[in-house]
Amino acid sequence: MSGHSTYEPKYAAGRWLDKRLPIVRFGVDFMGFPSPRNLNYWYAFGGILTLCLLAQIITGVILAMHYTPDVNLAFDSVQRIRRDVPFGWLLQPMHAVGASMFFLAVYIHMFRGMFYGSYKNPRELLWIIGCLIYLVMMATGFLGYTLPWGQMSFWGATVITGFFGAIPVVGESLQQWLLGGYSIGNPTLQRFFSLHYLLPFIICALVGLHVWAVHHVGQNNPIGIEPKSKSDTLPFHPFYTMKDAFAIAVFLLIFALFVFYLPEALGHADNYQRANPMVTPPHIVPEWYFLPFYAILRAVPDKLMGIILMFGAIGVLFVLPWLDTAKVRSLRFRPITRWFFIIFLVMCFVLGWCGAKAPDDIAIPIGEHGMSFKWLSRIATLYYFAYFIVILPVMGWIEKTKPLPESITKAVLSGDA
Amino acid sequence: MSDTDKFDEQNNDENGEPTRRDFIYIATGAAAAVGAAAFAWPLVTQMSAAADTRAAGSIEIDLSKISEGQQLKVLWRGKPVFVRYRTQEEIDAADAVDIASLPDPQTDDDRFVPNFSGVIDKRILVMVGVCTHFGCIPVGEQGKIDAQGAFGGWYCPCHGSHYDTSGRIRQGPAPTNLPIPEYAYISDTVIKVG
Repeated sequence: MSGHSTYEPKYAAGRWLDKRLPIVRFGVDFMGFPSPRNLNYWYAFGGILTLCLLAQIITGVILAMHYTPDVNLAFDSVQRIRRDVPFGWLLQPMHAVGASMFFLAVYIHMFRGMFYGSYKNPRELLWIIGCLIYLVMMATGFLGYTLPWGQMSFWGATVITGFFGAIPVVGESLQQWLLGGYSIGNPTLQRFFSLHYLLPFIICALVGLHVWAVHHVGQNNPIGIEPKSKSDTLPFHPFYTMKDAFAIAVFLLIFALFVFYLPEALGHADNYQRANPMVTPPHIVPEWYFLPFYAILRAVPDKLMGIILMFGAIGVLFVLPWLDTAKVRSLRFRPITRWFFIIFLVMCFVLGWCGAKAPDDIAIPIGEHGMSFKWLSRIATLYYFAYFIVILPVMGWIEKTKPLPESITKAVLSGDA
Repeated sequence: MSDTDKFDEQNNDENGEPTRRDFIYIATGAAAAVGAAAFAWPLVTQMSAAADTRAAGSIEIDLSKISEGQQLKVLWRGKPVFVRYRTQEEIDAADAVDIASLPDPQTDDDRFVPNFSGVIDKRILVMVGVCTHFGCIPVGEQGKIDAQGAFGGWYCPCHGSHYDTSGRIRQGPAPTNLPIPEYAYISDTVIKVG
């Protein structure tokens, strides 16, 4: 942690405790952490994500008290939670909608980091830990979606575990090992439940490292220059606790809108049908937060290549700190790259759209036949990778950046921050 | 430098050769590594298919229950087996294909086992009804012409793989033909799968 401790216990009891276990000192220093004074609301998502993680763990532990991981009982036990368990009608949708809200917040948090160059020296490891958290979140989300044992649960799990079967030589044995049988069945459901309960605690540990790292290197900020003097920073508490609290209140309004008025909007009707290994739903789609990756998977005609590209789309995030060669962090001062980033953002939405549609349907009716979603997703996939592998490295060399402000304080006072 | 290192240095042989202490370090480390691996083995292996799952074994299917143009779906090891009584047009369509043009070249005859009389009966096609792409169940039951794909056989709705009347992959992302399970005729009208 940076800086010296300023905590002085006021009472004898405080001094007694501080001498033996300086836990209050730790908390005070932790919350007084100097933060750049120009953080905007995009920086509130760290706090929002902490809230999401806690909400998911609390509702999840409660749901586990009523849920039964057995292929014959799982579907009914989830319905029982929603109908019979006191306040189950509230807690089950809170957990299901909460997963979507968690991903919504994490995507905004990641795009914010990309826009302001928050992954650049000395924050590479902070970014990589964040990518790891995202990866474990995806695993947790996938495992959790299997548990209600509806048609989409079953077939989504079949498709995703099928990825491992595509690995040359060891694929089939690896897949059987993961499933605990020839196909998805009771052993699979039981281990998925066990792991779904475990992974959030791994996320907690990673979040601990992530927060430790951000306290060590300090937060980045919208203009991307380091604080130089005391006037460039403010203590986290009360300034940003208040700002975060307001952002959290707005976020909770949106959360509540979904929980109370649109609890099914983000799910699939097929998941209210019991899992049936004999019938595949006509149109398998993952949860919305996996759609862009699903589109990349389907963009290539080759099975193994599709999987490699899909995992590559996540893997490329890990090396982003070294792909972006620019010295300037914030895209505010990079007039050309900023536009490439906006196109990148649009392409991510396009991929999400493609992932939700059947590959051979027509996306854009131009010319004689029009462009199918398959071809649209190919273009978007190409741009996705080109942004990281070509555009960012090249722009770092050739782009003429705008002049940076002298300090955060000067930028704030002149209204540029 | 820790006390152990100092102690170790004092005990080193003058030529810098390994000493009895070095040997004990390495032997202890090696024993611990083997022990850890031996302990990890059951922790990893427990996830494999259990004995009762593996014992799911084989099933018998009575072919006399299907008539021409129909398809039977039977659950075997958690996956459906398709038993299709093919029409003459379907058999002719499967025979007419240029084998060299197939992504996974296989003749129609290669996809059968001899029946109880020792001849190949190309009317009864037995396949595992699991798309070789990501494991969905292809559609293509009798009477559902639209759902049979571009080649009159089966179509996987998940990612658009088209199979022909022999269950061979013709178009789409699936890498191989629908697999033929291990099966044999145990009478004129009964097959044993598995």
